[in-house]
Amino acid sequence: MTLETTELRLPSRIEAVSEAAAAVSEFMSRLGIDESVAFGVDMAVREAVTNAVLHGNKLDEAKVVDLKLRNSPEAFEIIVHDQGVGFNPNDIPDPTKEENILKTSGRGIFFMRNFMDAVDWSADPKGGTIVRMMKKL
Amino acid sequence: MAELNISERQAGDVTILDMDGKITIGEGSVALRSAVRRLLEEGKKKILLNLARVGYIDSSGIGELVSSYTAINKDGGQLKLLNLTQKLQDLLTITKLLTVFDVYENEAEALDSFK
Repeated sequence: MTLETTELRLPSRIEAVSEAAAAVSEFMSRLGIDESVAFGVDMAVREAVTNAVLHGNKLDEAKVVDLKLRNSPEAFEIIVHDQGVGFNPNDIPDPTKEENILKTSGRGIFFMRNFMDAVDWSADPKGGTIVRMMKKL
Repeated sequence: MAELNISERQAGDVTILDMDGKITIGEGSVALRSAVRRLLEEGKKKILLNLARVGYIDSSGIGELVSSYTAINKDGGQLKLLNLTQKLQDLLTITKLLTVFDVYENEAEALDSFK
């Protein structure tokens, strides 16, 4: 298996979401990742980049989102780094609880956790939030 | 080409929106919201969303479906879903929204359910 790394710097615009998804889709097709797995990864990436652009960088065009994709023999890893003030993912309520089912937002992190094998958030000491997502191959 | 194309048909007092494309953050979600709001303004409160050709939806699109559902209900109307793709059905299942929406696989049955 070829080990690859792709890095992309994205603007803080909604269009960055499909740009990121296209890069991930290309990467996954080079790795020969199964379509059913690719669907979930695509969804998780879109949600992570949406959060970075919208909630992290708050659409501030002076800020960027860095996307890093890399594979190993065991896994595919996606890192999304924004320049926002950060947040605690555990503060996001469970969207499947009865009182939250009819809420119009708050499902992005749920999808990321659902479709990836591991998702973790950390604060970059230099600023911003780093989301690391891993899918086993 | 637009991210989401919506065409409208009328079957009695039910308005069917045939949707083709993606319901995702930005253009797709906005197109759905605008279409539903316009119908409500026109007094069309029985709405059937035909999602057969919606290949992709994200959390924003799902939020927009929920928002449309609550807006129509609040106005005394009904929103029902027709022809979910397997992927959309899976997403509505894991979010437990399949228990909220009235979902049909057959247009005639869906139209009957409004009576």
